[in-house]
Amino acid sequence: MDKLIEQFFDVEVMVAVLPTIIQGMWMTLAICAVVIPMGLFGGLFAALGMLSKHRWLRWSMIIFVDFFRAIPPLVLLIFVYAGLPFAGLRISPFTAVAFAFLLNNSAYYGEIFRAGIQSIGFGQSEAARSTGLNASQTMTYVVLPQATRNVLPDLISNTVEVVKLTSLASVVSLGEMLYAADMARSITYNASPLVLVALIYLAALWPLVRLVSHFERRIAH
Amino acid sequence: MSSFERFLDTFFNATVLEKYAPAILSGVGVTVWLSILIIIAGMAFGTLLACLRAYRFKPLSFFIVIYADIFRALPPLVMILLIFFGLPSVGITLSSFMVLFVVLALILSAFAEEILWAGITSIEKGQWEAGRSTGLGFTQTLIFVVLPQAMRLAIPPLTNRAIAITKMTALGTVIGVPDILNQASTAQSFSGNASPLMLAAVAYVVLFLPFVILSRWLENRYFWRKA
Repeated sequence: MDKLIEQFFDVEVMVAVLPTIIQGMWMTLAICAVVIPMGLFGGLFAALGMLSKHRWLRWSMIIFVDFFRAIPPLVLLIFVYAGLPFAGLRISPFTAVAFAFLLNNSAYYGEIFRAGIQSIGFGQSEAARSTGLNASQTMTYVVLPQATRNVLPDLISNTVEVVKLTSLASVVSLGEMLYAADMARSITYNASPLVLVALIYLAALWPLVRLVSHFERRIAH
Repeated sequence: MSSFERFLDTFFNATVLEKYAPAILSGVGVTVWLSILIIIAGMAFGTLLACLRAYRFKPLSFFIVIYADIFRALPPLVMILLIFFGLPSVGITLSSFMVLFVVLALILSAFAEEILWAGITSIEKGQWEAGRSTGLGFTQTLIFVVLPQAMRLAIPPLTNRAIAITKMTALGTVIGVPDILNQASTAQSFSGNASPLMLAAVAYVVLFLPFVILSRWLENRYFWRKA
């Protein structure tokens, strides 16, 4: 038991590595700040493409979305980071993470936005058009606000997944929170830095996870 | 060499592909086998937890909720590293395959529990009453009346979640599970050529795309419109 506490909950080790972990946390936040808005925008465009009148656009967007939902994010990240330099494209780990996650997140957010837009009855568009709004105004001011509200739980739950995914950046040596903790673990021969990072993730994401469950229950009743 | 030829030589080099295809194929075996084990164990445990929660025994439900929350909030890679590097020092040594299986099965069970529980609570009370009035006990009503209907509601989100989590078997690469991605990155560094990574990406798409398409179809088919 003592050994267990010493290995996973060594407070001295945690205090010693805290500054490094906090530095990593800033990088995690920076990745989130880039990747979440880009994914939301990419997803919105993917959704509009999937619902387009033009058949070629619709099908190419569906293929795009399904393709990137089928590829594991880590495979995509390693392909971008380790594969593209062979084609003469040298990119930094941060760019690789941003690009790989843009593709992956756009696919997932895209599916959510598509479901949201499809949940709005056609009467809404007709009513908006009959008041003199044009197609893009109708989408922006009438359909999208209602669609977003309908799929808000899914958007939040996917955002939780995106934040969790940023930990993959450690694999391409981007110094985010998990990378910092794993370095600290290999120096201290102690798993407490990893526990500390787990606790930080938990503190940040638990409220969101609760919120999603709360939404789901309200919809169920 | 034209730039197109160079592109082909880098990403579709026949010699490299031929040399490393068997290794990547063995990786496919590992990925498929792991995925099957994770889905069976994760779904079974998640269903069990959702059923236990239906008895509404407060202390037990409390622990199930905490369990589901923790495993939904923690990044899988954090848990994988924590267990893989942490446990040996307290005398428990698990193989990397085992660590990956346990972590992903637990995560899937947490999500499956939440999805099924949402399904169970959305079944109207009348269904419970009707089941009980025909002489079925509580457990029988749960298993034969409520659970099948909850399952039906849960199938599309469960399929999506199962795909997302089995895709995470690629994380095993980090701790040395010889899966598709691991074989491909090893081959890539030996050959100095990106073709193995391309082959790995193709392998994942071939493996998972049918399920992604299936999930799209299920979503349309099992979409119950609420009045």
